[in-house]
Amino acid sequence: MSTGNMNLTLKVWRQKNNKTKGALVDYKLTDISPDMSFLEMFDVLNEQLINKGEEPVVFDHDCREGICGMCSMFINGRPHGPKDLVTTCQLHMRSFKDGDTIVVEPWRAAAFPVVKDLTVDRSAFDRIIAAGGFISVNTGNAQDANNLPIPKMQADAAFEAAACIGCGACVATCKNASAMLFVSAKISQLALLPQGQPERYRRVQSMVAQMDAEGFGNCTNTGACEAECPKGISLENIARMNRDFASAKFISEETV
Amino acid sequence: MSDMNSNIPEGELASKWTKYKSSVPLVNPSNKRTIEVIIVGSGLAGASAAATLAEMGYKVKCFCFQDSPRRAHSIAAQGGINAAKNYQNDGDSIYRLFYDTIKGGDYRAREANVHRLAEVSANIIDQCVAQGVPLAREYGGLLDNRSFGGTQVQRTFYAAGQTGQQLLLGAYSALERQIGMGKVEMYTRHEMLEVVKIDGKARGIIARNLITGEIERHFGHAVVLGTGGYGNVFYLSTNAMGSNVTAAWKAHKQGAYFANPCYTQIHPTCIPVSGDHQSKLTLMSESLRNDGRIWVPKKKDDTRKPSEIPEDERDYYLERRYPAFGNLVPRDVASRAAKERCDAGYGVGASKLAVYLDFKANTERYGRIEAAKAGNHNPDKETCMRLGTAVIKEKYGNLFDMYAQITGENPYETPMRIYPAVHYTMGGLWVDYNLMTSVPGLYCTGEANFSDHGANRLGASALMQGLADGYFVLPYTIGAYLSKEISIKAIPTDHPAFVEAEERAVGILNTLINIKGTKSVDHFHKRLGHIMWEKCGMARNEKGLKEAIEEIRALRAEFWSDVRVPGTADELNTELEKAGRVADFIELGELMCIDALNRNESCGGHFREEYQTEEGEALRDDENYAYVAAWEFKEGVNFELHKEELKFENIKVAQRSYK
Repeated sequence: MSTGNMNLTLKVWRQKNNKTKGALVDYKLTDISPDMSFLEMFDVLNEQLINKGEEPVVFDHDCREGICGMCSMFINGRPHGPKDLVTTCQLHMRSFKDGDTIVVEPWRAAAFPVVKDLTVDRSAFDRIIAAGGFISVNTGNAQDANNLPIPKMQADAAFEAAACIGCGACVATCKNASAMLFVSAKISQLALLPQGQPERYRRVQSMVAQMDAEGFGNCTNTGACEAECPKGISLENIARMNRDFASAKFISEETV
Repeated sequence: MSDMNSNIPEGELASKWTKYKSSVPLVNPSNKRTIEVIIVGSGLAGASAAATLAEMGYKVKCFCFQDSPRRAHSIAAQGGINAAKNYQNDGDSIYRLFYDTIKGGDYRAREANVHRLAEVSANIIDQCVAQGVPLAREYGGLLDNRSFGGTQVQRTFYAAGQTGQQLLLGAYSALERQIGMGKVEMYTRHEMLEVVKIDGKARGIIARNLITGEIERHFGHAVVLGTGGYGNVFYLSTNAMGSNVTAAWKAHKQGAYFANPCYTQIHPTCIPVSGDHQSKLTLMSESLRNDGRIWVPKKKDDTRKPSEIPEDERDYYLERRYPAFGNLVPRDVASRAAKERCDAGYGVGASKLAVYLDFKANTERYGRIEAAKAGNHNPDKETCMRLGTAVIKEKYGNLFDMYAQITGENPYETPMRIYPAVHYTMGGLWVDYNLMTSVPGLYCTGEANFSDHGANRLGASALMQGLADGYFVLPYTIGAYLSKEISIKAIPTDHPAFVEAEERAVGILNTLINIKGTKSVDHFHKRLGHIMWEKCGMARNEKGLKEAIEEIRALRAEFWSDVRVPGTADELNTELEKAGRVADFIELGELMCIDALNRNESCGGHFREEYQTEEGEALRDDENYAYVAAWEFKEGVNFELHKEELKFENIKVAQRSYK
């Protein structure tokens, strides 16, 4: 099963750095195995480019098991490609057909500038978390974990929101390049838990303010983010965030 | 025989840490503000240490090669984290966690370190819950637990199959909070290339900005490496693609001893290799062994589908060989048993290098329980399977999805095929009780150090150790050193030691770019991986190891004359990054073989074919090898052995038995 029989045409975005313009470049690949992951197919392409003395395509990736959130390819117009609920690294070539042409671009958003080829800068997400995506508890201040029972349903709901991997597919697919699914997932996780209550309204205001400062667009309820999220993060989180944001306006002592 | 000082405090084992912690010299708050600490790595061990040290008032700089600290490979840990909470009232205690860990490590870990680990384990759970980490709960609102290998209690806390992710995001949020307050300066997409030593002490690092290629000098009163393990020396492993040994190896070349490099953990339950294109292996969490039964056909080369093989023609070999622990034997034991069956011709799947992990029996059992809860005490089989599948899905849903995605098979209907794969490295930089390496001021935490797991790590103990080191150990022990450094002003980075270290780093980068050979970095990495897996993998012998050493030396020479690195050093150049890492892996690979050859015994993950019992179990030689092998780097890729004798004063050393 080491080699397969798929022949493909790739159109890949090549861009030297953020100061130069980019363009789609065509590559032909032969003997691709359907058992390869999409990124392993790129490994084959890069090995060929290196052997020809050309520069390989630069793309972000690390764990290759769908959890680190680093891989970020926009494949045939969809972040992470044609399958629902998977990241690019978990997409396998059996999802494509022999003879296909596949267009691969980077995430596109003003707040995610291209670094090189398919790699973009997503540090805006870190800055949003730094603005308030935490519970202020220093090491050593915690009580016994079971002193705070949390209903299972509530804990499970918080866990579902916490499953976000911060890949940015929601931003990439949104016509407004809105980050509201990402931001609301963290806000929801903490708003659903008793530990998150003391800073609940301060948090939502700080994080939304940072989100706006980073240049992400607004939400117009198209729902593309939820449809493309590899972890199935729900739109309900955005509704919860909006409610908390509106409530925060009326709670003056918590206004930041 | 010992020529290493591990600085273990005097006194009774159970009170050593408490006493020591209250007597470690302190640094007063105004002095902390002027003391700078560099942390390399932002996984559980790095992020937790960076956040905690900043909370305490130190000036912290933290470095990671990924685009965000949240991506460190701790995120991929699936199954859980151990803690001696005894919430299940099943007889757990600090002593029992300590005992299980020492025994699980095949009596090759330090008693004092492991006891401390067990002591702080409970604090970790408290801390994480306070941060908002959504650990699994029962209907009563209290935390749930499950079992992991090598134990007979339920002490593993978890968040579905994403425990590492949730714990890391907790540590990451604590770290980002400090970054937001300006108390940690974060350097993402930076790779450490050198340690800077001044008057014998670690005083900073040389790092490369991976986007611009710029070389940067950073001063620190102390340097902490939380840079993870070196499993990628095998090319194929469950590690992330970027996981590497470079920071630890550069430190090793500057005088930090490397301990027990041959202790590698081969995890028993991974998705088997499917072809030459494979770039990494994917783990299926050990937690699955709570509910999955491992078997192979009783008949050799049986080509029937698993569903067509009747119960009495299946060999549940772990349950047969180890009735007391069954499918929950430690990882090294389970891996060797799988290899033994496959080598003997009973393997399954196209490659014949796989065994079945079957959930059917327990799915049915859960279904029966669920039906009974709903008042149906005599459910039919279909009802059982339907209700049971829902339970299995809630416990392991993401793992089953991942398996289906990678193999194209549905594990709810057909048993998983699994095979052992490289997963974790118990060896690492030698550290004393304070987690300081043999270079003063240079610390090492988490998987990157060697300290707590002996020759085999128990499941759900890596997350525990990473967070123990970062939240609860290093922040105290580093005071012993820093309290003596308060008079040292920040050293300007035009100091000759910085210049010299930068020249070393730049020299290597330029050499790699200018070889302009004919073969890619991956070509060499794959060949190294092949040598290591065949000759220094699950089973080792003298002849194979001697051959491996020669082959690796030849490979090193070929690498340095024929590797091709396209592009330049002053831009984002992923091939250049990989080349530097593979160069270090090649040198490490040789040391691993040297260490495996030196250790004429079998213990934990180190299995020398010459040393086994009649039943094929690992045969230790406590008389001659109850020591930590700490290797010193010598000019020209040579290594000198130092020994730290292991003393067992609280546990009776015995032949490990899980029967």
